[in-house]
Amino acid sequence: MKIETLAALQDSRTKRRAVTLATRLSDAAEALVYLDGATGALAGDTAILSAARRAMAIGRSETVDLGGQKVFLNVYVPPARLIIVGAVHIAQSLAPMATLLGFDVTVVDPRGAWATDNRFPGMKIIQDWADEAFQAMGLDVSTAVVTLTHDPKLDDPALEAALKSDVFYIGALGSRRTHAKRKERLAEAGITEEQFARVHGPVGLNIGAKSPAEIAVSILGQIIEVKARRLEALAGPKVVAA
Amino acid sequence: MSDALEVLNQVGKWKASGKGVAVATVITTWGSSPRPVGSQLGVDDSGAMVGSVSGGCIEGAVVQEALAAIKDGKPRLLDFGVTDEQAWDVGLACGGKVQVFVEKVG
Repeated sequence: MKIETLAALQDSRTKRRAVTLATRLSDAAEALVYLDGATGALAGDTAILSAARRAMAIGRSETVDLGGQKVFLNVYVPPARLIIVGAVHIAQSLAPMATLLGFDVTVVDPRGAWATDNRFPGMKIIQDWADEAFQAMGLDVSTAVVTLTHDPKLDDPALEAALKSDVFYIGALGSRRTHAKRKERLAEAGITEEQFARVHGPVGLNIGAKSPAEIAVSILGQIIEVKARRLEALAGPKVVAA
Repeated sequence: MSDALEVLNQVGKWKASGKGVAVATVITTWGSSPRPVGSQLGVDDSGAMVGSVSGGCIEGAVVQEALAAIKDGKPRLLDFGVTDEQAWDVGLACGGKVQVFVEKVG
């Protein structure tokens, strides 16, 4: 791997730009293939470019045999994002655990007393209403949203905005009763039953979680499961290499 | 994917401090294997490691090849698995097979 390649991979990660590194196994010659361009010694090889873009589309790294040359395609897609609405006690466990799992985490809460660097050291914090923050960040298919405030005036606009996007996961803290009431309120705002079904509530896997840290584990377990099932569905059956 | 970034960042730091560095990458798996395709292990010229290419069973052998790659600059393709008798000493207990590509950085 060339040192410039390493720098380009790190740069793509910072900019949340998808890239595939193609490496010819016989001599370690490389190409960095983006959706809209390519660089490196192998960048002129159209067979490699199309194979790299296909691998990027399904998000799966693989070794391919292109007319006798074996090429490894390493897909680097931007990490999934987790947006936590509510800088509450559970968020203080959820944010660092999710970071450990590789999520790009942001905590959103308009309340200055809660969303502080002291409570969330080293974490990205946005002191704003969720719907405003979402608009600035841009919700996409690699984003998960979890609401934790328990307060309808903070949670509801966040859920409404998330439901209008194609985020891969939406979760809302609260009991079954709270969740039923939430459904009624959002119905008045025009959210159909089918749309509301995307919200995981009560949030998390049912593992009897009690403490904030345990609840964080149950939420992350559910997010991991939803994410994995989605990728499995996208990739289809795994092709066994010859 | 956090581990991918962790490996890249550490490799970058090693290079910046003037060390010789190699990267090993899982490029093919057959059957059950502990780490998916794309998993990486960074190795510096003192044998320090970051990341992983297995559950710990083949790292020792991979580090040896990485150190050799840092010296001679040549890429290497390594096969590990229970069907490879010679690799049994460092093979995968789980019965899977992996192919690992080792190359020098820079």
